[in-house]
Amino acid sequence: MSGLFQVSSNPHIRSKATTAGIMLAVIVALMPAAGYGIYHFGPRALAVILVTIASTVLTEFLFGLYRKKMTITDLSAVVTGLLLALNLPVTIPLWMAALGGVFAILVVKMLFGGLGQNFMNPALAARCFLLISFPTQMTAFDCDAWTGATPLALLKAGEQVNVLDMVWGRTGGTIGETSVVALVVGACFLILLGVIDLRIPGSYLVSFVLFVGLFGGRGFDPAYLSAQLAGGGLMLGAFFMATDYVTRPITVKGQYIFGVFLGIMTGIFRIFGPGAEGVSYAIILGNLLVPLIEKFTMPVAFGYRRGGARHAK
Amino acid sequence: MAKLTFTGGIHPYDGKAMSKDKPIQDIPPGAELVYPLSQHIGAPAKAVCAKGDRVLAGQKIAEAGGFVSAPVYASVSGTVKAVEPRRVVTGDMVMSIVVENDGLYEDTGFYPVAPLEKLSREEILDIIREAGIVGMGGAGFPTHVKLSPKEPKKIEYVIANCAECEPYLTSDYRRMLEEPEKLIQGLKIILRLFENANGILAVEDNKPDCVRLLRQLTRDEPRISVKALKTKYPQGGERTLIYAVTGRKINSTMLPADVGCVVNNVDTIVAVYRAVMEGRPLMERIITVTGDAVAAPGNFRVKIGTSYQDILEAAGGFRTKPEKIVCGGPMMGFAMFDLNVPSTKTSTALLGLTKDEVSAMEPGPCINCGRCAEVCPGRVVPSRLADDAERFEEQAFLDHYGMECCECGCCSFICPARRPLTQEIKSMRKILLAKRKK
Repeated sequence: MSGLFQVSSNPHIRSKATTAGIMLAVIVALMPAAGYGIYHFGPRALAVILVTIASTVLTEFLFGLYRKKMTITDLSAVVTGLLLALNLPVTIPLWMAALGGVFAILVVKMLFGGLGQNFMNPALAARCFLLISFPTQMTAFDCDAWTGATPLALLKAGEQVNVLDMVWGRTGGTIGETSVVALVVGACFLILLGVIDLRIPGSYLVSFVLFVGLFGGRGFDPAYLSAQLAGGGLMLGAFFMATDYVTRPITVKGQYIFGVFLGIMTGIFRIFGPGAEGVSYAIILGNLLVPLIEKFTMPVAFGYRRGGARHAK
Repeated sequence: MAKLTFTGGIHPYDGKAMSKDKPIQDIPPGAELVYPLSQHIGAPAKAVCAKGDRVLAGQKIAEAGGFVSAPVYASVSGTVKAVEPRRVVTGDMVMSIVVENDGLYEDTGFYPVAPLEKLSREEILDIIREAGIVGMGGAGFPTHVKLSPKEPKKIEYVIANCAECEPYLTSDYRRMLEEPEKLIQGLKIILRLFENANGILAVEDNKPDCVRLLRQLTRDEPRISVKALKTKYPQGGERTLIYAVTGRKINSTMLPADVGCVVNNVDTIVAVYRAVMEGRPLMERIITVTGDAVAAPGNFRVKIGTSYQDILEAAGGFRTKPEKIVCGGPMMGFAMFDLNVPSTKTSTALLGLTKDEVSAMEPGPCINCGRCAEVCPGRVVPSRLADDAERFEEQAFLDHYGMECCECGCCSFICPARRPLTQEIKSMRKILLAKRKK
């Protein structure tokens, strides 16, 4: 039978895109934010990043050994580790960062079936887990680079903030969230590559601004609104967390609804909640609604009308 | 001006440079020709010859097995060696007539029935049916059925599918450059069947020379226009083509005639021309032989029934050993495990690829990136359909519009996780279609 050729179903050619390639693009896109975090907060930021990534990758590696299916080469564990680290304060004890990594991969991702099966963003779920378990350490933003409250906390207390400092990132906060410039540079890179698009970030940010303008008590004051936009984890969340493929709706309409929902929830948490921040909880809550959003926004096939018959007979 | 196109689709490497400048060459058929009785959609043809009969080129060797069916003609002269099941491109065994070529090429003589002006609508349709013409773009739907809609007066557009959107294929391109007058005349014949219709030659804009040439030749044809379409796969799919040209949408349960359209491929229209103007039944077609494993890629006029092995040898054989050979284009063609199968009315190409990038691929888990939904011309969500198919959830599959899949392959092409989406959806559709027939 040696004269026979290989067969497989059509198509016989494939595009060059791979899962690992997409993950690599996200890692590269996060480099400006990570780099700025290290520059701004010092070498300890690098240590937190490395420990968190080591923890996520090692957890996935060990789980892979146990299940006899190695998946670390798809780089998704690196992305999760990096995102989690950027969501942690620089002063966090390293063992806590590592614990967050284990939680993200083991509990949120692998136990639900691995890549593609998790219903929450693993990095954000781990951040929330740490936030609930260790509230003091997770909100300790005093460090060498910054002392005092974060801009969002100041804003909530009704005090003045320097918006330009916030845009550059010369403020307190988690390692990767402070610099709007660095985050937007990375986001532009992903948009140009076609890895993400503006549907979710756009509808998220626009609806957030509208909500804060209407209910923030300061009206549409540009300084206030831009401080709200630049503050906290909004940019990191809108461009890098809310756009996570696995935990956002696959339908186009659903993506807009998802974005608007996140905008409103973030506004509610920030204005009416006890804390100054609300991005993480908004996105996680949004993640839970994804199946429902998708159910109601499944597209109508070419040549059909919404509500009409779906198939012959 | 906004370009004529559709939503979705992909831009694969087109590979046409290898063969697009090679003029059509005749190739001699081999010693044995095989004519499967099922080269079309519909009832198989019925053999009207027996073992030992001598047949001439152009002689009917099988008659239509019903209205949706088509007769088969011998393309060489020789002796009927057998009427037996033979393997065809898809790997199935199909009842076939095997003719031993005597190398004399004696034919029955070909004469047009009557001058075109004297032919009535019914007579033209009869000639087309008798000539055994089927959709030669790949589907193989009998052309006379397509040209007999319930209300011919309601047909507004007769669209010549000159898109040739499949990568690597250049046979239609050569046909348009070398025999444009036959294409145009063929279209005019079809237009005679539809008094209220206009003819449109729909060409992808990666063939500007064809657009120019056809525009020039149809300058004085008030009923025919040439439209340049955006180059994007699958622009030449029936539904995407109708939408790009007319803005009308049909789904899988509708016929083009439901929106006043009739669509025919370049080769089919030329076959209509030859049947009506020259009295020749369908005996040959143009096949592109190409791919990086082929020694001398080119476009060939092939006697239908010639084995792929003989066609390949005419193109100089393989340069290097191919890993995979495909009958048709790389997006929708069939991979063949053996070259000893006959070419048929619907064979568009033979592709020899040195590297089979697909078989070895390890599919990974879906990361829900949505690229498949973005490129799907049917506007469905292939990743969900594949999930439904894997779990064999029939109702979910139907509710997610699974039957709308046209198997174009865009979703599998684009999937970064390398999931065989098209294959899974295709298999499920096959099962459900078979069920429906019962």
